[in-house]
Amino acid sequence: MGRDAGKLSLTLLMTPFLLWIGLLIILPQIGIGYVSLREKVSYDEFHYGLKNYVDFISEPVYRNTLFRTAWMSIVVTALALVVGFPVAYYIAKIARQKSRAALFLMCLIPLWVSDLVRAYGWIVLLRETGVVSRTLVALGIIGQPVEMLYNDATVVMGLVYTVVLFMIVPLTSTLQGMDDALLEAGYNLGGSRLTVFRRIIVPYAMPGIVSGCIITFMLTAGSYLTPVLLGGKNSSWFTEQIYNQFITRYNWEAGATFGVTLLVFTSFVVWLGLKLTGQSLATTVAKD
Amino acid sequence: MYDLSCDRVTKAFGKFVAVDEVSLDIPSGSFFSILGPSGCGKTTLMRMIAGFETPSGGDIRIKGESVLSLPPNKRNVKMVFQHLALFPMMNVGENIAYGLRCRGDAKAEIPAKVARVLERVGLPGVEEKQIGQLSGGQRQRIAIARCMVLEPDVLLLDEPLGALDLKLREHMKIELKQLQHQFETTFLYITHDQSEALVMSDRVAVMNRGRFEQIGTPRELYDDPVSGFVAGFVGDANCLAGKIAEIRGGEVRVELDGGGAVEARRADDSAVGDAVEVFVRPEAMRIGETAEGTRIAGTVDSLLFNGANSRILVKAERGQLVEVADPGQSGELTPGASVSVGFSPARARAFARRTA
Amino acid sequence: MQSSTGLRLVYRAYMVVFFLFLVAPLVAAGVFAFNDSLFPSLPWNGFTLDWFFSPVEPKLGLFHDERLLRGLENSLYIGVIVAALSVAAGTCNAFLFERRAFPLKGLAYILLIIPLVIPGVILGISILVLASMIANWIDLNFGLFITWLRPGIPLIVLGQFSFLTTITSLVIAARLQKFDMALEEAALNLGAGKLRVLATVTLPFLYPAMFSAFVVAFLVSFENFNTTLMLVGSDAPLTITMYDRMVKAGSTPVLNAVSVVLMLGSGLLALASVLVQREPKA
Repeated sequence: MGRDAGKLSLTLLMTPFLLWIGLLIILPQIGIGYVSLREKVSYDEFHYGLKNYVDFISEPVYRNTLFRTAWMSIVVTALALVVGFPVAYYIAKIARQKSRAALFLMCLIPLWVSDLVRAYGWIVLLRETGVVSRTLVALGIIGQPVEMLYNDATVVMGLVYTVVLFMIVPLTSTLQGMDDALLEAGYNLGGSRLTVFRRIIVPYAMPGIVSGCIITFMLTAGSYLTPVLLGGKNSSWFTEQIYNQFITRYNWEAGATFGVTLLVFTSFVVWLGLKLTGQSLATTVAKD
Repeated sequence: MYDLSCDRVTKAFGKFVAVDEVSLDIPSGSFFSILGPSGCGKTTLMRMIAGFETPSGGDIRIKGESVLSLPPNKRNVKMVFQHLALFPMMNVGENIAYGLRCRGDAKAEIPAKVARVLERVGLPGVEEKQIGQLSGGQRQRIAIARCMVLEPDVLLLDEPLGALDLKLREHMKIELKQLQHQFETTFLYITHDQSEALVMSDRVAVMNRGRFEQIGTPRELYDDPVSGFVAGFVGDANCLAGKIAEIRGGEVRVELDGGGAVEARRADDSAVGDAVEVFVRPEAMRIGETAEGTRIAGTVDSLLFNGANSRILVKAERGQLVEVADPGQSGELTPGASVSVGFSPARARAFARRTA
Repeated sequence: MQSSTGLRLVYRAYMVVFFLFLVAPLVAAGVFAFNDSLFPSLPWNGFTLDWFFSPVEPKLGLFHDERLLRGLENSLYIGVIVAALSVAAGTCNAFLFERRAFPLKGLAYILLIIPLVIPGVILGISILVLASMIANWIDLNFGLFITWLRPGIPLIVLGQFSFLTTITSLVIAARLQKFDMALEEAALNLGAGKLRVLATVTLPFLYPAMFSAFVVAFLVSFENFNTTLMLVGSDAPLTITMYDRMVKAGSTPVLNAVSVVLMLGSGLLALASVLVQREPKA
């Protein structure tokens, strides 16, 4: 009985997987790849070639948007690491056993709240008529209301806020696996705080750092809402360009070109990160 | 007629032969054990009997009927798993009723049957408890009850005591034996613990590297092992390595590797010059000049106190360590004292040396 | 180690500041739903529930605002469908990857994870492009106009399904990995057929994971913005409606009220999922 039934059930299990990956992931990517190579000559006449990409490279506005997005994503990733590491370390190693789970859950709270609500919360706090500005005026610290939205610092802060959890989660789970005896041995052998941190903690946490950075970077580079809402209409975020080309200008060819560029670019950065640290995609992303 | 027969059953995984032409016959109502070190193939044999593996050769018969073509859920052999495999998503009653439901018993009869079997294993009225609320020993009994309620032809037990702590394990040995008497069902018990096998079984098969070395009653295995492996694995034994120097009828003189010589029974067809091992039980050894037979001189190395199982560890002049039973715990000897250890050649056996 | 108490205090202060940072915008978004003012800002004019229940302008409450309610309804509808579909597909994938061997499994596993690393915006536009290409082609060759391949709820469902299935697969596979195969063998040994084993032993073991996968999928679907934005048609879900309102009408406390409802809803669901995960400890 076994053979045929086994084959049948394998086919049955395989079908949804293949349909899903084939129709919703692979074909659509091929689709935008195809559209990005297409150039509209007239209503229903198309040329095929790399012209869209040439246009993209020769137009400084587009190019700079990509670089700006990439640069800011790197800054956000680095900041998220700096901000998140102490928190992860505290939860994993310093907090008492009992409060550990509670602290961890508290870190996850913003995860359960929509991006939109979070960005909206920042708007309520930071705009010219917002809570912070009014409070500062009332306290006499500043003379008149200030607009704290629509600048790069706020965008970076908002992005760090959005992604820092994805840094903390893998870091915490990696650090939790670290035996306290390692640290004690480090101090016992005469290491100072800094050496123990540099030579023991950081190398041990490396897998968590890598996966946290990759997830954070991907999420930041692909984010839309936070830069648009906190940065205003001229935040020049790359995903915003994609949206504009597609929906506002209805220029699908250019939009697809941008999309492919973003995908290739982020994939390249992730690949580079994995290569440099010798990790694999499966173990990094699928951990939690 | 036998409840369970295996006829030259073989199982190969690629080139590795896990079970090699094993045959056994288990009479109705007996407690049969398969004893062997881990990796000897005993679990594979049991899984073939239960139907989870298909033999590469040979036949398995239950009550005289070949079951090779039956899938595991159609065989009337039930199994108690190593970690019991009680269903955590069901309570005790549902666990026990599971097999009855699968068999399609009338709904109305199931609760009574469950209650009856729980009574027989000494846990009446625990139907509503969750598995997590039971102690280790109770879970053991529930796992047996879950099988016994189906009145199987043979009950397979795969080292079910392995996970218990020592005290409970000692207790459960006796209890399992009693349960087997009470149900009068054939038990096939797998273990690597020789004391479990000796205490509980009517008959024991000693398995090594996919083959049965010997099948016999616990006493036969202990008193009359047929190979060095059995002599070393069943019960405690001193093992002295050497070469046969001389054969005199049923006895041999063995020159030990470290020097010195002992006499022993010739237990297989090893010839002069062959490497052998001489096995002597600690209780076959005596300390003192008066002991007859072959003897080894040495000094007391240490006293190993363990109640009735106390031993004296003697270091022979040539360096070998020998354990001698000391049931009296006379306490007259102190470490460092010179002693002479003697034993009757009739109670020592020389077997060809085991490879590896 | 004299400095250690001081250091510890600084560290603790840092943690407090961090958690304040985490909750500040959420509190701001929540609190001003209850301020009796036309703007979500200071000064505090007193407590009111008008932004939830008032039936008249200018303080039209959330529960009387037709468009927001429609958005909420659409979100629920999409969320339930997407969650159910992705849990079903995720369960299949879990069995496929945990129980089966097949050629190119390593590659398939990477494909399984990849939707998580593709930016949501790109998932959205790529599905939009493919669906439109197919729809146009059918239109051109057969003269049929296929509505569900145009932006709208079906495409939103597909778009969210495309990455939620990865999440549900990983959650359910993690649980399946912990399954003790002896349980299935025990059930077979007790006489159960294969389907019965699946229904009475294996699936019940997976239920808690399937439930939390459902909750997570529903929540992520409910909150999703990036992918949805590219695929939305006339029936917009709540996040899109709220965004629209924000961009067009500016912020009013009714958006804070929406935020409160979103936070309460997801908080309760998250709690439920935590409780279900915790309960079965055998």
